[in-house]
Amino acid sequence: MLALILRRFVLAIITLFIISLLVFVGLEALPGDAATAYLGQSATEESLKALREEFGLNAPAPMRYLKWLGGFLQGNLGESMARRAPVAEVIGNQFRNTVVLSIAASLFGIPLAIVLGVITGLTRDKWPDIILSLLAILGMTLPGFVTATVLIYIFSIKVTWFPAISMVPSDAPVSEILPNIILPIITLTFVMTAHILRLVRTSMIDVLSSDYVQMARLKGVPLLQVIFLHALPNAMLPTINVIALTIAWLLGGVAIIETVFNFPGIGKLLVNAIGDQDLPLVQGIAMILAGIYVGVNLIADLLTLFLNPRLRTARS
Amino acid sequence: MTVQTQVSEQKIVIKRQSPLLETWQNLRRSWSGMFGLGLITLHFLIALLSPVIVPHDPLEMDSKNRSAPPSAEHWFGTDKLGRDVFSRSMVGGRVSIMVTVFGISLAMFWGGLTGILLGFLGGWVDEIVMRVVDALLAIPWLLVLLIIVSAFGTDAWIQTLTFGFTYGYTAIRVARAATLDHVTDDYVLSARARGERRRTIVLKELLPNVLDILLVDGAMNWSWMLLGFSSLSFLGFGVPPPTPDWGFMIAINREILATQPWSVFGPALMLSTLIVGINLFADALAKALGLDRSQGAPV
Repeated sequence: MLALILRRFVLAIITLFIISLLVFVGLEALPGDAATAYLGQSATEESLKALREEFGLNAPAPMRYLKWLGGFLQGNLGESMARRAPVAEVIGNQFRNTVVLSIAASLFGIPLAIVLGVITGLTRDKWPDIILSLLAILGMTLPGFVTATVLIYIFSIKVTWFPAISMVPSDAPVSEILPNIILPIITLTFVMTAHILRLVRTSMIDVLSSDYVQMARLKGVPLLQVIFLHALPNAMLPTINVIALTIAWLLGGVAIIETVFNFPGIGKLLVNAIGDQDLPLVQGIAMILAGIYVGVNLIADLLTLFLNPRLRTARS
Repeated sequence: MTVQTQVSEQKIVIKRQSPLLETWQNLRRSWSGMFGLGLITLHFLIALLSPVIVPHDPLEMDSKNRSAPPSAEHWFGTDKLGRDVFSRSMVGGRVSIMVTVFGISLAMFWGGLTGILLGFLGGWVDEIVMRVVDALLAIPWLLVLLIIVSAFGTDAWIQTLTFGFTYGYTAIRVARAATLDHVTDDYVLSARARGERRRTIVLKELLPNVLDILLVDGAMNWSWMLLGFSSLSFLGFGVPPPTPDWGFMIAINREILATQPWSVFGPALMLSTLIVGINLFADALAKALGLDRSQGAPV
């Protein structure tokens, strides 16, 4: 068991290392560099040279990578070039904002998805299931910016309930951010609920038809008790991994929703940083997002292992 | 009284149905699948015919009719530059469809074959490649797309290669997992024992057995790819203007959402119907092939 957990950890670290290398190589392939992007039209030979000196761009690429890696291992993400500040400082608040947004969406989305998933599983192929499943397909497939735009049209233009853009200062306190991000939260919740609901539904259908559930029903255990105490815990097992993947996938594309709502989050920062060729900043954000992906998956794996004794014995 | 006896010598011929026909007959029973297929077909027809049949030139600017609401002449109204939104919505999917159809074929081809090969070979090659694939999957998908497109440009064929590459490694995972289910089966073992060449085992034994999984995954991936393409386009990294494209149209027409909502709804409706159509079809295809798709997670 311990060896298994240790192996997962080592694999996660190796994956993170490969990611840092891949992102670095990818960014090196971009035409031009931070100096040309920063100076734009006003670039002259001398100013470019001076700026490259300042940014440390003259060193060969492998050296720069090692320097970055050395700093990273000590918890230093380097200096942002275009913003002339430490990367950690630039990212700090924006990252917090994205986290606030995702956590708010998860707090609504995950319980909602489980409840709706149970409902659809119980009413398989009847009206509640058909309607909810259709909505789930819409939520899963519609691009975030389409959903967001429709929501803006309804809730900010037709009835002016919520603000269309979430222009809050990036360092505003959470209590001030929340009222401004209701529409982004609804958008994210919609997408997330759709993904998780579909899985809960199938796994609920599987579990409900299994012998032990039938047995419990025949024994006369009340229906609600069977659903929530006998069936749901088992139906949730395969869901854990999908919840993890959904969160990670949403983070990967969160830039779109942040852009639609003009919300100062890490995804929007990432898109801007690529435009500025601010390599340390891009690298830093990429590592954070990838780290969350790897971390969330690791937690999901361990949780599944922990909750399912069969896996533990079978593999170790 | 004459008794006529008819001796009927009807031969009962048991036709061995081709798997393709069987799948099609299963598929036909699903109304949602046929609806999805209908939507896809409609979109292909529009993409093919739209340059000829649209009522207005999608690039023509009518300076007197800017941001005009829907009318008999302009069904979806006009955009900020006075271009006909209906015509642009019809034409706006051509690049998306072309890029994603070629892209998904490319992705499933190289990803599928690589995955089968890895599952078949196993060992350290498999271990190393899968580490890289896992790493690639952990990088935010938008970042991967943005880096490649920023490095090589936004031409349609470059985008095709970009999407063909980036969506291929999710196919590697799927094909590898499917192969691992088969690689210890008797028919593979006996092929090995017969001394078949590796190429024969991969192409003639394993590929046909994982093909249905690959097809379903390809259909699903196609809709993710379309989502990725339109997202890039929305962020301004799509095919360069003035070529109309749904994602970018939605992005710029959002400015006049309050006064001329149809300039956004038009392209959004077209994009959504195609994506939903593909998904309904993929769902039905999975059911027709006896695979359950809802286990699939977004990657």
